[in-house]
Amino acid sequence: MAKQYETVIGLEVHVELATKTKIFCGCTTAFGGAPNTHTCPVCTGMPGSLPVLNRQVVEYAMAVGLAANCQINQYCKFDRKNYFYPDNPQNYQISQLYLPICHDGYIEIETGSGKKQVRIHEIHMEEDAGKLIHDEWEDCSLVDYNRSGVPLIEIVSEPDMRSAEEVTAYLDKLRLLIQYIGASDCKLQEGSMRADVNLSVREVGAEEFGTRTEMKNLNSFKAIGRAIEGERARQIELLEEGKAVIQETRRWDDNKEYSYAMRSKEDAKDYRYFPDPDLLPVNISDAWMNRVKDALPELQPQRQERYEREYGLPAYDAQIITASKKMADIFEETVALVSNPKKVSNWLMVETMRLLKEKNQEPEDLRFDPENLAKLIRLTEDGSVNSSVAKEVFEKIFTDDIDPEVYVTEHGLKTVNDDGALEEVVCKVLEENSKVVEEYRSGKEKVLGFLVGQVMKAMKGKANPAKAGELLKKKL
Amino acid sequence: MMDLMKLTAVQLSDKIKAGEITVSQAVDAALDAMEKKDGTIHAFVYTNREHAQKKAAEIQEKIDAGQLTGPLAGVPVAVKDNICTKGMPTTCASRIMENFVPMYQSEAAANLEKAGMVIIGKTNMDEFAMGSTTETSCYGATKNPWNVEHVPGGSSGGSCAAVAAGEVLLALGSDTGGSIRQPSSYCGVTGIKPTYGTVSRYGLIAYGSSLDQIGPVAGNVTDCAALLQEIASYDKKDSTSVKLDDYDFMSALKHDVKGMKIGIPRDYFGEGLDPEVLGPIQKAAAVLKEQGAIVEHFDLGMVEYAIPAYYVIASAEASSNLERFDGVKYGYRAADYEGLHDMYKKSRTEGFGREVKRRIMLGSFVLSSGYYDAYYLKALRTKALIKKAFDAAFAKYDIILAPAAPTTAPRLGESLSDPLKMYLGDIYTVSANLAGIPGISIPCGLDSKGMPVGMQMLGDCFKEKTILQAAYTFECCRGDIFGKEAH
Amino acid sequence: MAEIITDETIDYVSILAKLKLTEAEKEDAKADMQKMLNYIDKLDELDTSGVEPMSHVFSFDNVFREDVVTNQDDRDAMLANAPLAKDGQYKVPKTVE
Ligand SMILES: [Mg+2]
Ligand SMILES: [Zn+2]
Repeated sequence: MAKQYETVIGLEVHVELATKTKIFCGCTTAFGGAPNTHTCPVCTGMPGSLPVLNRQVVEYAMAVGLAANCQINQYCKFDRKNYFYPDNPQNYQISQLYLPICHDGYIEIETGSGKKQVRIHEIHMEEDAGKLIHDEWEDCSLVDYNRSGVPLIEIVSEPDMRSAEEVTAYLDKLRLLIQYIGASDCKLQEGSMRADVNLSVREVGAEEFGTRTEMKNLNSFKAIGRAIEGERARQIELLEEGKAVIQETRRWDDNKEYSYAMRSKEDAKDYRYFPDPDLLPVNISDAWMNRVKDALPELQPQRQERYEREYGLPAYDAQIITASKKMADIFEETVALVSNPKKVSNWLMVETMRLLKEKNQEPEDLRFDPENLAKLIRLTEDGSVNSSVAKEVFEKIFTDDIDPEVYVTEHGLKTVNDDGALEEVVCKVLEENSKVVEEYRSGKEKVLGFLVGQVMKAMKGKANPAKAGELLKKKL
Repeated sequence: MMDLMKLTAVQLSDKIKAGEITVSQAVDAALDAMEKKDGTIHAFVYTNREHAQKKAAEIQEKIDAGQLTGPLAGVPVAVKDNICTKGMPTTCASRIMENFVPMYQSEAAANLEKAGMVIIGKTNMDEFAMGSTTETSCYGATKNPWNVEHVPGGSSGGSCAAVAAGEVLLALGSDTGGSIRQPSSYCGVTGIKPTYGTVSRYGLIAYGSSLDQIGPVAGNVTDCAALLQEIASYDKKDSTSVKLDDYDFMSALKHDVKGMKIGIPRDYFGEGLDPEVLGPIQKAAAVLKEQGAIVEHFDLGMVEYAIPAYYVIASAEASSNLERFDGVKYGYRAADYEGLHDMYKKSRTEGFGREVKRRIMLGSFVLSSGYYDAYYLKALRTKALIKKAFDAAFAKYDIILAPAAPTTAPRLGESLSDPLKMYLGDIYTVSANLAGIPGISIPCGLDSKGMPVGMQMLGDCFKEKTILQAAYTFECCRGDIFGKEAH
Repeated sequence: MAEIITDETIDYVSILAKLKLTEAEKEDAKADMQKMLNYIDKLDELDTSGVEPMSHVFSFDNVFREDVVTNQDDRDAMLANAPLAKDGQYKVPKTVE
C-alpha cells in the first residue's frame, strides 16, 4: 500500500502598513509615482543618513499583535540583517531578530473538521526593499527605491497548517483582522500582503518534521494553493525515489506551476544580525499598550453579529458584507443615511458584487461615496427612477462616483409621472399591438408584460412600470 | 596689516563684528595661509575660494544687519572629510567615495552655517577614520607641522594639522576611538570629544556608530568651547541625539579648580608610557594642584580590556556601515565586471584601502554565525563593565587626568607596519568612546625632540563644562610650554 | 583558546564582506586576523557572566517621528552621484537569471 503523507505548512506573511510615511524617514508611502521620486538620503542608504522610527508603525504592529492574541515584548529592539542585494540600499535590512514586538499568539480558523488554532510564533517590524526591473534593451536591471523603507510587519506562524484550505482560511482571517484594525489594506495583487510558504511533508503518524523548503513570490490565494500542491507533490516524489529534500529557498513560477531553487554560490546565508546602533530600544509602557488595546476597533466576527442583531440581516448577508472592511463601512454609512438595511445590503450583495467580479476588482478598490448610493436608494423609493434606470445609474456611481440626482436630471432619466403623457403612449401601444391585445383578452394575461415593455420602450425607460401596468389593465 | 591667523577665533569674530575687518578678509587670510603651507603639510583635500567668498559675502550682510552675533560669526572653519557638506565633495579620503557630492547637509555643518561660520574646505583623514596617523588616506599622508617627518596622528590628522599650522583657526574632527584627542596631542592643539549624543551624527559618515562623535579642534580652550557651543544641538534626525539643558559651554571658562577632585589612574602610568610624555603630564597635574585641585592616584581598572573590546565593536559596526559602498548608488564602480556579485567585489576591493579591508574582514568575522556570542556579545559585556568602572571613578572624582597617547607623534611610515602596535596607541582614548564620556586633549609640553605632548581630561557624561573649566584654568597657568610656533 | 584562522575562514569571510583578495592578500589577512583574535582573546580572562551586553551607553529609549510627510523629491540631485543611471533609476548588472 502506498505511503500516506501529511503536509506541514508554516507561513511568513509580510504586510505593508498603512502609514503615510516610511518606517524610518518622512518619505510618502503612496503607491505609484515615478521611480525614485519618493526617496531621500535615508531610504536610499546615503552615507551619513540616519533612521528615526515612525511611531505609528509601533502602534499598528502592537494592535495587530494584540488582536492576534500575542504577548507584547514591551522592551523591543531593532537589528540589522546584513546581505548584499541592490534592492536593499544599505545592504542591510533593519528588522527585529532578538526582541520582536509580538510573540506567542494565535488565530482561530474554521476547518472541515471544526475550529483550529494556528499559533503565531512572532510578529516583527521591518523595512521593505526597493523594486528591481529588468531592462530588456540593455540586459541590465534598474532600481527604484520608492518602496524602500515602507514599513512592514512580518507575521511568522508555527508550522500548524496541514492543507491549502487551512492556509487560505488563515490568510483570510489574518487579512480581515488587519483590515478591520486599519493597519493595512492587505492587497495581494499590489503586494501589500505577501506570503512565503514553509512546507515539508512527513508520513502520517510521524513525530518528526521533514526537511522544509521556503517558497517565495506568491501573489494570490490561488497561486498559494497551487504552489502548496506543487511543492507537496515535488517533495513526495523525491522521498518516494529515496532522495532527500534540501532545505532551501525556492521561487514559485505560477505560469509553469513549478518552483525553482534560488541558489547562489555568491552568498552564504549568514546575516550577521546585531542590534542597530542607530536606533534606540522601544519601551512600551502598560499605559500605552492598554490605550492601543482599548482603541482596537470592532473586528469582523463582532460586526457580523451586530449586523444580524441590529439590522436584522440574514447571517449569510452579514457575513458577505463584513468579509471586507471597506464593504462593511460603505454598508454602515449608507444605512445611516437611508435607514433601510435590507435595501442597502441588496445593492451591495447583488450589483456591487457583480460589478467587482466583472471588473476583476476587490472590495477594497471600491471608491464611491455612500452618500451617492443613499441618494440612489431614495430616488428608487420615491419612484423617481425605475429599477432598470437605477441599475444603469448605479454603474455610473460604481465607476465614477457620480451624484445620482444630478446625473438623472442631466440625462433626463426621471420617471415620467405625467399621467396624460403615459395615457397617450398606452393608447398608442394598444393600437399598434392589436394582436397581443386579442391574446390578452382571450385570457393569456402573461402578455401584459410585453405590453408594459413596449410602453417603457416608447418612453425611453422613463415610465414607472407599475403605473404603466395598471393603466394598461384599465384600458384593456 | 596684522596677521589675522595669530588671533584666536573669538578675537577674530569680535573684530569682524566690530567692523574692523571683513569676513572676506578673514577667509582670504586663511586660504592664503593654506596656499602657502599646505604644499608641505597636506592638511586639506578640498578648498574652494570662490565658494567661500560667496558665503563670506552672505554672512557679512547678516553680520552688518545685526542678525549674526554669535561668538564665532564670520570665522573660517575647516571640516573633516567624513562630515557631509552639501554641494561640497565628501569622500572620507577613500577612493570608493570618489566624486561624491552630498545633496544634504550634516547637522554639524548646518550648525556652523547657522553660527555664521564659513566652511573653507575639507581636511584629510585616515580612510573612513580608520587609523591613527592620517597615512591611510587615498590622497596620501598629512604631515605634522611641528616636524614634517612625523605623522600628525589620526584620524582627524588633517583638521589638527591645519589648526597647528595656522591655516585655519578652527576645524571639526570626529572621534571614534581617540581620533580627535590623539592628533590634537600630536599637533599641540586643543580638541574635544563630546559626550555621545551631544553633537548630531546626522551626516557624519559612520565608522562605529555607537562610538562616533563630532567635536571641535582649536588653538585654545576658549575657541574650543565656543565651537562646541555652536555645533552641539538636539537633532530629531539622529535618534541618539540628546537634548541638553544647557548649551552655554563658554560660561565654563573660569579660572577656578579649587576643591575640584582630580583622579589619576595608576593603571595608565605603567609599561608603554614614554617617560617624555609622563614628565609633562606630572607637571600639569602639579599645576592643577597648585591651583587648588585635589589630585589623587587611583585604580580605574579594566584598562587592558578596552582595546580588544573596542576593535571588536568598532570593526563589527564598520563592516555593516560600509556595506552601502557597493558601486550602485554613488562613488566608485569598477570598470569591468561579470555580473552583480563580481561588480560588488571588484568595486569594493579596488575602492577600499588595506586598513579598511582589514577591519571589514575582522568585523564580518566577529558577527558571523558561531562567533557572535564569543566575540561581539563578549565585547558588549566588557563595554558594560568599562562603563561601570568609569561610573565608580566619577562617583569619587570630577575629572580623570591622563595622557592622550603613550608617545609623541611617531615618524611617518613607522606605525602601519604593525597594526596591533598602532592599535595599542589608542589605549588612553578608546575607553571614553566605549563609555560615551567626554574628553579634552590640551597641550602640556614638548618632548626632547620638540614634539608636543597632550594631556587628556575626562569627565562624566554631559560634564563638558567641568573639563572645560579645568582645561581653561590649566591653560591660564601652564605658561609658555612651546616657546616657539609649529612650522 | 584562540580561534584558528584557516584559508576557508578567509574565503568565507570575503564572501560575506564582498571582497576579492589575492593569494598574497589572503595570507596577510590570515596572519592579521589571527593576531587580532589572539589579542582579543584577552577578553576571555574577564568573567562577564550575568553582565547584560551594552549596545547603547545611555538608557534612553522611545525616540520617534510622527507619521507626517516631510520630504520632497530630490531624485535628480541624488542620481547625479550614481555611477550609472537610466530613466530615473540606478543601473546595475542584471539580477535575474
Ligand atoms: Mg523578514
Ligand atoms: Zn526616505
